[in-house]
Amino acid sequence: MDAHIQVKNLNVYYGKQQALKDVNIEVPKKQITVIMGPSGCGKTTLLKSLNRFLEITDGAQITGEVLVDGQNIYDSEVDVTEVRKVVGLLAQRPSPLPMSIYDNVVYGMNIHRMKKDRKEYKAAVRHYLEIAGLWEEVHKRLHDPATSLSIGQQQRLCLARGLAVEPEIILGDEPTSALDPISSQNIESRLIDLKQQYTTVIVTHTLRQAKRLADHVIYMYMGEVIEAGLAKEIFSSPKHERTKQYLEGLF
Amino acid sequence: MNQIITSKSTKETTGRLTRPVPTPRTRQNNFAQRTFFIFTLLPVSLILIVTIALLVRSWPILNAYPLSNLLFGNIWKPTNGLFGFWPFILGTFWVSIVGIILAVPLCLLTSIYLAEYAQSKTRSIAKPVLDLLAAIPPVVYGVWGLLAIVPFVDKVLAPLSDRWLGSIPIFSVNQPTGFGILAAGIVLAVMIAPLIISVMYEIFSTVPNDLRHASLAVGATQWQTIRNIILPQVAPGIIAAIVLGASRALGETIAVLMVVGNIPQVPTSIFDSAYPLPALIANNYGEMMSIPLYDAALLSAALVLLLVILVFNILSMLVIQRMLRRKWAS
Repeated sequence: MDAHIQVKNLNVYYGKQQALKDVNIEVPKKQITVIMGPSGCGKTTLLKSLNRFLEITDGAQITGEVLVDGQNIYDSEVDVTEVRKVVGLLAQRPSPLPMSIYDNVVYGMNIHRMKKDRKEYKAAVRHYLEIAGLWEEVHKRLHDPATSLSIGQQQRLCLARGLAVEPEIILGDEPTSALDPISSQNIESRLIDLKQQYTTVIVTHTLRQAKRLADHVIYMYMGEVIEAGLAKEIFSSPKHERTKQYLEGLF
Repeated sequence: MNQIITSKSTKETTGRLTRPVPTPRTRQNNFAQRTFFIFTLLPVSLILIVTIALLVRSWPILNAYPLSNLLFGNIWKPTNGLFGFWPFILGTFWVSIVGIILAVPLCLLTSIYLAEYAQSKTRSIAKPVLDLLAAIPPVVYGVWGLLAIVPFVDKVLAPLSDRWLGSIPIFSVNQPTGFGILAAGIVLAVMIAPLIISVMYEIFSTVPNDLRHASLAVGATQWQTIRNIILPQVAPGIIAAIVLGASRALGETIAVLMVVGNIPQVPTSIFDSAYPLPALIANNYGEMMSIPLYDAALLSAALVLLLVILVFNILSMLVIQRMLRRKWAS
């Protein structure tokens, strides 16, 4: 397996409470890895450790290493903004920035000064809105406020905004949980399309979504990784008793 | 459709949900509603009552002199029958504007730090200290101004300004005593800062965290997030906080009158003495009442102060509304 992300001996504490216990996992390149488990098991914490979003939470303490392409992103020499450029995040609730549709897509590119002139920006906006499957719906009203979009469209806009800074990894924190079934399906098929080019890590609490999306699965319980491996194997013959119970819907 | 339904329901009042006779609890509810309405009216009517009372009491002088003579008259010599408010009105504005100019950048930076950068531990120490600062009585600030700021202006700032900025009229030192607009402005800035900071802080915390995270997630720094996302969001609120501070500054009396010099002149420099309206009223009301029209003159000064603050507040409300409307329109 060609690992894009390696997590080594990761421990996370919120105050005295330990949220992650000695996590060691590998995330394969250009595939979809799904983190699943009951609520409060630490799956979002694990996800947020991958783009250093845990640091935003007051009082989170982190030990261990997260290697992206072999480099520890928690190294003191690493620039956190570069980490977040390489590791994009699709949040649970769509969070359009209070500006136009166009400006939302431009936002990250502008932050990193990635394009030279308006023409390049325009082309890039079109490109990423097309990838997110939103171009057809919004190309006539690019300068309307992003909040005028439906919530499903907003989430696709957030996807376009994230992709526009050219990440290599996409994190999804239950990215469809706030959406209606059709919008969810739309996002899911985007993620499947995108896995050719991006390493994707998704947190979900719905087993069916995990089965639809996952190439690899990480099953967590109470802050520990119970089982990780190929989705086919884990869904058909889980090795661990807890995983089996979870898959059977016992809790 | 709706109309048909309602007309039907008014005819058939025997339904299970209709209640023709008021029960104790609906009566209680009606009573509460009316009582609270009256208490809500009270502050609104108070403004009217105060304005009318001041108008009535200052009527003698408003009747005796044309309004423009009173408002724009430069000379205040009650014994000679000269009542010009212009020096006092200007003094009020000079002092308040200097206070605001000194306070606002400081408050903005402090509140941004507390709301956006500070760890919760820092915040939990700094916030109560700032609130404590707001609780210090104005007279204490006045004494502090007298003992610390006036000598500081006199011995340090005035010579410095005289040396480097003396050729610019508003920085020239004409009355080297330390008492004056700058001293009052510094004291005012310190007094209104806790209020402005706490309002600005509250405004920053109204911005949803999702927006911060959305910006940080694409690799923006915290400062980029603040400048591009948060500040545009809170701009109307920032203006509101400044207006609140300014209203407080315009009306501040005791601390200002202790350090401002109290000379009724039209100021031309921040080192000049001035005589703001609140100081005029506080210093003189109740004394020398034998002078004709003196009482009416002071009460019309109070009326002018009230109107200045009202107009200022109404104007700023309009500005905020406009900004909000433009924000929704964008």
